[in-house]
Amino acid sequence: MSTPLPTKAIPAKLGVGPHGLAALDYSILQQCMHCGMCLPSCPTYLETKRERHSPRGRIALMRAIADGEYAVTREFGEEMYYCLGCLACTTACPAGVNYAELFETARADIEQHRVLDTPARRGIRWFALRLVFTRPRLLKVLGRLLWLYQRSGVQTLLRKIGLFSLLPRRLRELEKQTPEVRTQFSDSLVKEVEAPYGPKRHRVAVLTGCVQDILFSEINHATVEVLRENGCEVFTPRNQYCCGSLHAHNGDPEAAKDLARRQIEMISPESVDAIITNAGGCGSHLKHYDTLLADDPRYAARARIWSNKVHDIHEWLVKISFRKPKEAPQQDQVITYHESCHLCHGQKIVSQPREILRSLPGMTLRECAQSSHCCGSAGIYNLTQPATAASLQAQKVARIRETGAHVVATSNPGCHLQLQIGLRDADDSMIEVSQPVLLLARAYAEERRHRTMKR
Amino acid sequence: MPPAVSPLLQDLQAELPAACLLTDRADLITYAYDGTAAMRQLPLAVVLPLTADQIQATLGIARKHRTPVVTRGSGTGLSGGSIPVANSIVITLVRMDRILELDTRNLTLLVEAGAITQKIYEAADAAGLFYPPDPGSMKISTIGGNVAENSGGLRGLKYGVTRDYVMGMEVILADGKRCWLGSRCVKDVAGYNLRDLFIGSEGTLGIVTQVLLKLLPKPAGRQTLLASFTSMEDAAETVSQIIAARIVPCTLEFLDRKTIQCVENFTRVGLPVDAAALLLIETDGHPAAATEEAQKIEDLCHAHGASSVRRARDSAEAVQLATARRSAFSALARLKPTTILEDVTVPRSELAGMIREVALIAERWNVEIATFGHFGDGNLHPTILTNERDLEEMKRVEHAIDAIVEAALARKGTITGEHGVGLAKKQFLRRQIGDSSHQLLTLVKRSLDPDNLLNPGKIFDLPPFADHHVDAPAH
Repeated sequence: MSTPLPTKAIPAKLGVGPHGLAALDYSILQQCMHCGMCLPSCPTYLETKRERHSPRGRIALMRAIADGEYAVTREFGEEMYYCLGCLACTTACPAGVNYAELFETARADIEQHRVLDTPARRGIRWFALRLVFTRPRLLKVLGRLLWLYQRSGVQTLLRKIGLFSLLPRRLRELEKQTPEVRTQFSDSLVKEVEAPYGPKRHRVAVLTGCVQDILFSEINHATVEVLRENGCEVFTPRNQYCCGSLHAHNGDPEAAKDLARRQIEMISPESVDAIITNAGGCGSHLKHYDTLLADDPRYAARARIWSNKVHDIHEWLVKISFRKPKEAPQQDQVITYHESCHLCHGQKIVSQPREILRSLPGMTLRECAQSSHCCGSAGIYNLTQPATAASLQAQKVARIRETGAHVVATSNPGCHLQLQIGLRDADDSMIEVSQPVLLLARAYAEERRHRTMKR
Repeated sequence: MPPAVSPLLQDLQAELPAACLLTDRADLITYAYDGTAAMRQLPLAVVLPLTADQIQATLGIARKHRTPVVTRGSGTGLSGGSIPVANSIVITLVRMDRILELDTRNLTLLVEAGAITQKIYEAADAAGLFYPPDPGSMKISTIGGNVAENSGGLRGLKYGVTRDYVMGMEVILADGKRCWLGSRCVKDVAGYNLRDLFIGSEGTLGIVTQVLLKLLPKPAGRQTLLASFTSMEDAAETVSQIIAARIVPCTLEFLDRKTIQCVENFTRVGLPVDAAALLLIETDGHPAAATEEAQKIEDLCHAHGASSVRRARDSAEAVQLATARRSAFSALARLKPTTILEDVTVPRSELAGMIREVALIAERWNVEIATFGHFGDGNLHPTILTNERDLEEMKRVEHAIDAIVEAALARKGTITGEHGVGLAKKQFLRRQIGDSSHQLLTLVKRSLDPDNLLNPGKIFDLPPFADHHVDAPAH
């Protein structure tokens, strides 16, 4: 059954084959009838009130390219990288425009035409997209090195002697944002196969994610625990590949396809009831393997099975009627929820995380204004567009603080980090950033503790 | 590019802050359209002013270079009113969006022209007041655009349209003069009513920069009903009976089967997709009155063949249903990419016949038409679903549009109830109002804008002064 994996690394030459706006099915562009309903949902339009920074404007540019009236220029490239890709417009769009596909095609076109190319950018892209995020072991080694650097005191020392003040401002800002790497990654927190607590009702596979695994491995651990509590036998493959969302969103569809094939080989979709993801961004992409590999004669059928089986953890828990926890680790906590763009707009999963949060004893959910408005993290947007990202972050933090919540839950590592940094920078804020599944796992753990105490 | 471009841009650059002037090709492409189907025209430059002074400066430069100026808000218009004309400057007022003053003693609100209609509604609501006009696009449309097009909305039946809530406004005329039209008094008959002349003038007489709006006390009660019917005739008959029973709901909307299906596809609010017609009805006022009227309406619906009547449980559900109705036009694009929205309006007694005739026209010209609209005020939106790239079909579409307009005029109707004439309907205007009225319109335009500087070629063409023609819309 197993198909041999390509042994060589993905070729470094970008973009082969007929992608691009000119080759795109024109009806996808035509679907936009420029009614303007998307405008109030678009964070970049609201920042500038400039039409080209709106979904409608960007689609007009793409259509002009397809019509041969405009070219893939540097200006167009900058515009498409100014777009957050948050997909809020797809929720707002009554006409049902497939902006996700337009966005990915446009970025692939930009990379193919090399309009933003500089040696440094090419180097960074090669390093990140082609080297690190295609080699799980290398990613972990780098994570381990970063951990050593942080734990050995070198970082503190360098910060103390003010060495970073020599860096250019942008790098200095970046250095402050370096997240704390976890002591243990998912591989050492969960076994490859974990049995359910109680009778086995389902067999599922868990995807650990790249950033999630290195920075928030405890969320992966919690995901597995919560599944075991709900009758699932959990298969967590070792050394997982990146799902390819990073590549698809950054104009590298060929690498994205290759990584999709590797994922399908890693977890035979036929062998499990569900494939579970707990990162909004990854999930949104993982569910589209069917369209990504639609033209691949060897993988198209399996990709369809795959897409049907991918579930966001919240979606899966509600689908299998998860058990409501009975014990509260803490009393009288107010919690609010920030929706990750790719969970709510990409996957339309809105009610399920809230259902989980409402099930937590001792906690009250208080809604935050504009909870589905982007926090500015958006993949690596906070690195590429720091000013806009910071503005969105500040707005988000202000709205979270307005709720008076003790905890803010979210479900994507990028958002998680963005909120942590934003709240930290907003002075004396004591608001904890967490994840619905993490909170649920904590409540289940509390239950177990009570049971043991009674015995 | 014509030779006059460079000096014009130089002057604009000299007068305006860099952030207020856009001349990149990417920007020009994105201001070439509004919400109207199949019409596009690139401008020369786009100005995003922050102050009225900057607008005056821009007009001065435009006069000097004899360059037309097209003003726009968010570009949600549906008659081509804010589509640029050839070699024009576009002024977009979206950055002038402040709410300047809420006067709770006189129940007025003073806002800048770029203020979003929804924000105005919310500001009034927060003070226990009510701004009734609610165009379908109110979440993003600007008040300046609403005034320029005299926009209607879902509450037109009971509360009227934008015109009924404008007490005064600041406009900048073609010669750069700033003046205030109207007043803060509820009663005022001093001189010609110039305020009303400017409302609905589609940017051809002046540029609105501030608007003083009249507010009402917020109705304490509201009931929302959704009634489904197995035939449009039954729905139409029910509406006649509601009106005959001397009940004036604030909203009385209808959707046909195609529209229901597209809207449900988008909103998933549980509309009955097998119904032939749906009525969305709202009553408001004193809670007891609103409830009593809703009950009477519900009974009338049942008595005239409604297959089901759903009452919104709370305001959240009511908002959801109204939002579903607001998305009707855009949701229809799910069927065919080009949606040409007509806006004919007939006396209310003619509505049922008009709807039947639209169906016959669709059959005769073999085009797909979905129809929805404001049953209560006779404002119909037959929406032609087509593909602008199918040139053969587009010919038949033109015939169908012509037939719809003829049918409405034959019933003493109007070619536009709330979207304006703009580019889309100017070929029909003379047919409706006759030669002498048409001439009068052009005389007004000439006296206020002798150089034909402001939004030329909209509503009508001005042959003798036609320095600036609107190019044939590019497809």
